[in-house]
Amino acid sequence: MKTLKNVYDNLGLPRLIIGLFFIFLLVTSIALGFSPAAIFSDVIRRWLMYGTLVLAMVPGIQSGIGLNFGVSLGISAGLLGSVLAMEISFLRNWSEVLGAAAPWLTLLLALLFGIIMAAVLGTLYGLLLNRVKGSEMTVSTYVGFSVIAFMNIVWLSLAFKNGELSWPLQGQGLRNTASLSGSFGGLLSNPDTVQATQPAWLHWLAFKIGEFTLPLGLILVFGLLCFFVWLFFRSKLGIAMSGAGENQLFTTSSGINVDKKRIQGTAISTVLGAVGIILYAQTYGFLQLYNAPLMMGFASVASILIGGASVQRAKISHVLIGTLLFQGILVTALPVVNEVIEIGTLPEVLRIIISNGIILYALSKTKGGNQ
Amino acid sequence: MDDQYLLSMNNISKEYYGNRVLKGVNIHVKPGEIHALVGENGAGKSTLMNILFGMPVIFSTGGFEGEILINGKPTSIASPHIAMEYGIGMVHQEFMLIPEFNVTENIKLGREIGEPTALSKVFGNLLDKMNWTQMTGEARKALDSIGMMNIEEYTKVAGMPIGYKQFVEIAREIDKTGIKLLVFDEPTAVLTEGEADRLLEIMRLIASKGIAIIFITHRLTEVMAVADSMTILRDGEFVARNEIEDITLPNIAELMIGRKIDKLVDDSILENRNLSDEKIALEFRDYHVDMPGERVRGMNIKIREGEIFGLGGLAGQGKIGVANGIMGLFDTQGDVYAFGKRLDLNKLGEALRNDIAFVSEDRRGVGLLLGESIERNITFSAMQIKDEFLKRIGPMKILDKARAVQHTREMIKLLDIRCTGASQAVGSLSGGNQQKVCLARAITMKPKILIVSEPTRGIDIGAKKLVLEYLKKINHDEGTTIVMISSELVELRSLCDRIAIVSEGKVFSVMKPDESDVAFGLAMAGVREEASA
Repeated sequence: MKTLKNVYDNLGLPRLIIGLFFIFLLVTSIALGFSPAAIFSDVIRRWLMYGTLVLAMVPGIQSGIGLNFGVSLGISAGLLGSVLAMEISFLRNWSEVLGAAAPWLTLLLALLFGIIMAAVLGTLYGLLLNRVKGSEMTVSTYVGFSVIAFMNIVWLSLAFKNGELSWPLQGQGLRNTASLSGSFGGLLSNPDTVQATQPAWLHWLAFKIGEFTLPLGLILVFGLLCFFVWLFFRSKLGIAMSGAGENQLFTTSSGINVDKKRIQGTAISTVLGAVGIILYAQTYGFLQLYNAPLMMGFASVASILIGGASVQRAKISHVLIGTLLFQGILVTALPVVNEVIEIGTLPEVLRIIISNGIILYALSKTKGGNQ
Repeated sequence: MDDQYLLSMNNISKEYYGNRVLKGVNIHVKPGEIHALVGENGAGKSTLMNILFGMPVIFSTGGFEGEILINGKPTSIASPHIAMEYGIGMVHQEFMLIPEFNVTENIKLGREIGEPTALSKVFGNLLDKMNWTQMTGEARKALDSIGMMNIEEYTKVAGMPIGYKQFVEIAREIDKTGIKLLVFDEPTAVLTEGEADRLLEIMRLIASKGIAIIFITHRLTEVMAVADSMTILRDGEFVARNEIEDITLPNIAELMIGRKIDKLVDDSILENRNLSDEKIALEFRDYHVDMPGERVRGMNIKIREGEIFGLGGLAGQGKIGVANGIMGLFDTQGDVYAFGKRLDLNKLGEALRNDIAFVSEDRRGVGLLLGESIERNITFSAMQIKDEFLKRIGPMKILDKARAVQHTREMIKLLDIRCTGASQAVGSLSGGNQQKVCLARAITMKPKILIVSEPTRGIDIGAKKLVLEYLKKINHDEGTTIVMISSELVELRSLCDRIAIVSEGKVFSVMKPDESDVAFGLAMAGVREEASA
């Protein structure tokens, strides 16, 4: 009885409700005749796909800037890094020259570009957030929106030669959605791609067990990222950063420059956003430009809140639980709704209602921090 | 017999969570009299006034004992609103004015005069039109009646000199119909000398109209100048009621401080220290700290190595600012030397790097990470400043959990911190145990100079004794120089070698702990003995 109470205390009511709802959806979908293996594969794929973007929330929250709605800044850096890497890969004709290594090099180059740009932008963003202490979340929301609008102009004006990226029959502007199938799409998570393009000794990256797909490569990468973030918050710098987020006066009186820690936290959050979107695109198989990342910040925020984080404290476990619940419900709810209601676009409408409903619910569970 | 008094509060007692803050206090005020209420910080003045005003905090903590008589009739004041109906008003220390409103609006706030309109006939009188002519007229009258001809009734309050704001606040109270008793809560604390004199004049003017005044202040000279009678409180006890002509300044001071016999610290530790004026641990030269409410304005002190040095004085005089300036929480000017080396206080952590540690008076705001574990709190500063409790893994410095936990366990044992373990969040500890965690964090730095600010504020007697005795112990055993800042004179006198009384941001005098109560009382009130004689 006591252990049951402990479990309940640790989990909290919101997670219990959402968890039960998730299980209910799982059971219903299996009862409706969907293949459990396919559903589980999908849940795991989406979990890993969004995981890093949610992980990007942790340094922001810990360093005291709150929920980083402006993660779109990092997302934009990651996208820009990806298109640049793809364009270079195309101009140098890597797929012919390097063969199986070409997508790897493109992926690394995309990460490199993305991380550098995100680090610079994140630092500037951190400087901005230090000037608006107390209303970081409002400002970061607008930063998130504005950067997407600005990037729309950038996407429209880039004149790339790579046909996968640029609008056909036009000298300028990039596509809405660019396929990554010829590039690093599915490299870590799609068994078909891995088997078609990679040598046999790399086939463990993603494989099938019956109908169930195990994206081992992606699990490894996401796991490592989580481990590094966990380790970082046990380091001297990470502990100073958590202190700055929890109590500015305490940290100042311990001889630490709080503003600097906040900038560093914001920069790390932005960098993780860039890495996150590249892993996302890798798993999804497409680069989504223009307005597609507009609401990703909200989804990330909702996920970590559902996972049990507050505006001031977040842990890796919150990331893992929250993303699983949020994405799990989206994945399972859709086929169930499709099955139950078969009228035109209604399932799509319901999908939007469900996803925004979860976000609203998560935000309503936010424990107000006293800044 | 009681009829001669406008207000009598008889035998008032009050308990907060088992802590008796008022023990059978009496106060009597005649109509048209200025009655001073004096006592040290924590003597029970505010609680007494809260009872008079029927503040919710009194009733939510179990009410009070004793009776209140107004014009000789027993009265129950259950809410501030009822107090207002009895004609009791208050001039607050922090101004309760809306800066963006003009003087008339502020004076008439909540008591606006309206004229019915078509809308208000339908939807009720909240939609009445304001009668500005009448309102400005009455505001003008109230201002004139306290001699404030030069305040225009249409000026915005924002940007007015502080003194004027005070006068507007007084005018607002005067404007209330049927006002009989006005409470002034340390009204002169924020005023310049000229403004303060003006205020005293106004108080006399108001009293001459038959309105009684209760005047709460720390400035005994003002009491002597303006009051007709006075009540002295000490530690929640009624000490005396005197007519001013029957009493002298030194008398008041002695009554305020009183003799306190209970020993706080065991004296059995043998004296083995060798204090010398040659060896200076900490020196301040023309030291200023820009801490709002606790400004330090040009302080000069030399603190000897191995000494326990006390900083006393009333709240708001600047003793708290001394420590906060060194720790880099507020801007400073002037020079601070630690062991002869000048500290550059603009650099964060400068004091910590020079072996000065600090226990803040604001435990929850500055002293602790409330959401973190005891272990994290105790090890934080030493880790950040001295790279302790860390192990290197490649380029990273990672927490050495085992060592941190071990050290925390030692501290828990040493200071008798009552907790479930090193990982308990400090936010869930009691005040005394939180204070021990703060102390443990400072000691973990192994400082040569330890500055403790209000180390016993809000903690129970057992914890108090332990904390004080521990301070004495590390002073004797490890030779740590201790600077102790406290509002409790008893504490300072039982522990310190010398005590500097801080008044108006400066050292008023440096005293020995065994000097007389009168001397301490006068120094606290900022009165030179030769001046009062």
